[in-house]
Amino acid sequence: MIETRNFRILRNVVLSILALWVAIPLYVVASTSMKPLKDVSGLFQWLPREITLAPYFDIWTTVPLGKYFQNSLIITVSATACSVTVAVLAAYAVARLQFKGKRVFSLTVLSTQMFPGILFLLPLYLIFTQIRNITGIQLQGSYPGLIITYMTFTLPFAIWMLSGYFASIPKELEEASMIDGTGRMGALFRVVLPVAKPGIIAVAVYSFISAWGEVLFASVLTNEATKTLSLGLKSYASESDVFWNQLMAASVVVSLPVLIGFILVQKHLVAGLSAGAVK
Amino acid sequence: MSHSAIQNSPANAAETATMPAPEQSGKGPELPARKPRRSFLPYGLIMPAVILEVLIHIGPMILGVWIAFISLNQLNLTNWLNAPFVGLQNFVNGLNPESTIGQAFFSTVGRTMLYTVTVVGFSWILGMAGAVFLSSNFKGRAILRTFFLVPYALPAYVGTIAWAFMFNQRDGAVNQILVDTLHLFGDERPFWLLGGNSFGAMIMVNIWQLWPFAFLMLMAALQNVPNDVYEAAAIDGATLWQQFRTITLPMVQPANGVLLLVMSLWTFNQFNIPFVLFGAASPKEATLVSPLIYQNSFGSWNFGLGGAMSVLLLIALFIASIFYIRMVLPKGGDND
Repeated sequence: MIETRNFRILRNVVLSILALWVAIPLYVVASTSMKPLKDVSGLFQWLPREITLAPYFDIWTTVPLGKYFQNSLIITVSATACSVTVAVLAAYAVARLQFKGKRVFSLTVLSTQMFPGILFLLPLYLIFTQIRNITGIQLQGSYPGLIITYMTFTLPFAIWMLSGYFASIPKELEEASMIDGTGRMGALFRVVLPVAKPGIIAVAVYSFISAWGEVLFASVLTNEATKTLSLGLKSYASESDVFWNQLMAASVVVSLPVLIGFILVQKHLVAGLSAGAVK
Repeated sequence: MSHSAIQNSPANAAETATMPAPEQSGKGPELPARKPRRSFLPYGLIMPAVILEVLIHIGPMILGVWIAFISLNQLNLTNWLNAPFVGLQNFVNGLNPESTIGQAFFSTVGRTMLYTVTVVGFSWILGMAGAVFLSSNFKGRAILRTFFLVPYALPAYVGTIAWAFMFNQRDGAVNQILVDTLHLFGDERPFWLLGGNSFGAMIMVNIWQLWPFAFLMLMAALQNVPNDVYEAAAIDGATLWQQFRTITLPMVQPANGVLLLVMSLWTFNQFNIPFVLFGAASPKEATLVSPLIYQNSFGSWNFGLGGAMSVLLLIALFIASIFYIRMVLPKGGDND
């Protein structure tokens, strides 16, 4: 819009309010994470009386945070890697090749992506129970079980986003490569994938972020040994006490990887998200 | 033509899809890979995805419908293949407006709709405000833009934990501001996570997390608006509000449909925020559809009832997703 004086005043007011609204909870987390426990239990203090980094050291011993980290990493990275690998192949076919059933396939991917996890959790829980009864393989509470359920939301998202990226790459690149005799697959691996690398990384980071924040499946399908961060953080609250300062310090620590990842790829995300507006 | 079914922007896709399909006639012959029209390659490429889709989506969804017609509880849960078929009994129990369960279900659906409209409405307004004022250039714009996205990028449970701490009744930050600084409630310190207030508190948290997404999408849509359009309007004497209504709003219209629908679906399906804020059982004034199904299934182990409610949710979402697909994947986009 045109920058009249009124516009600038209005802009400053509106943006300040928005920034404050975003900042307050973040400030509360950051400041609380650096207070000693005695200053956290009383009335909330906007200015810390005493600043300490002790909570950042204590979080690792109060609860097995390292173990939760490891569980979240294994599950999230595996689900992301499997989804992206499968999705690259499927998305390329959707973006570039003609085949019967393509529309049905695209429609299935698109619609399943809109369904909430709760619709898949109930039946998957029962299927896992049955598999245990028949084969003795315990999927509940196991890494593979969780990875499979996490793929219910990372896979359709990855296929949809990647087909948008592939479609935006000029076809001439592959055609040149195929004239040189590489064939379709050669063109995909030698030409398309390197060009689409930023997009693929953005999709991977985004799948990682959504899997990292997952709560629903984890709440039913994890056990003590496979508990993820999303549930593990609850352990800072015992029956009598909540270690709010440590809970906040742990929140900062678990957020940093995804926050950094998001900031690094946000430019590519905007383009991809506009394609299908998916989460 | 098929490649243009999915494009970088929905508007773009709509445009290309309506063009007559020029079957790659002109430049086809010299390319060897194009010749075999009945190639197995596409099927080979989508095969892993199809297998997974069947295993994790389609199969479970069919089973999910079956669950709604059997009597499944804690006793026969491990042996559900032999659970008795009860026909529509679960639906009758779950949907009878006379029964407590039925009443709870219908009031939950209504509450979830109110929740969705409120959260999406406010998120859109805040996102629009952010996008409009950040589309002009000024110092600190890039930093502010990234900063606004932080609540969306954070793991959802972290943002919710922060708010849960702030809503603490006795001495949380919210009561510190409202009661101690602004003296809004006299001597009372309201409970924010119990009773009726909990519904408002949950809305607040959800808006905080969702509005950056609206901001991100509207920002992208506004980038296509050339500044000279505003200049021309300003010369003609259009006020800021008129410029917004006659230029900005129509320009974001194509992106708006998908944006609103997607935000509505996410919000309607919301589970994380109530789960972290209240635990497995929300206060009855703040129970949403997903947590209700969760409570029925994993709280009282009445999978049949949970299944019946899931089927209804599935039907409703199916209808919604038809609209969604119409918007992002226009018909005639491929050769099927």
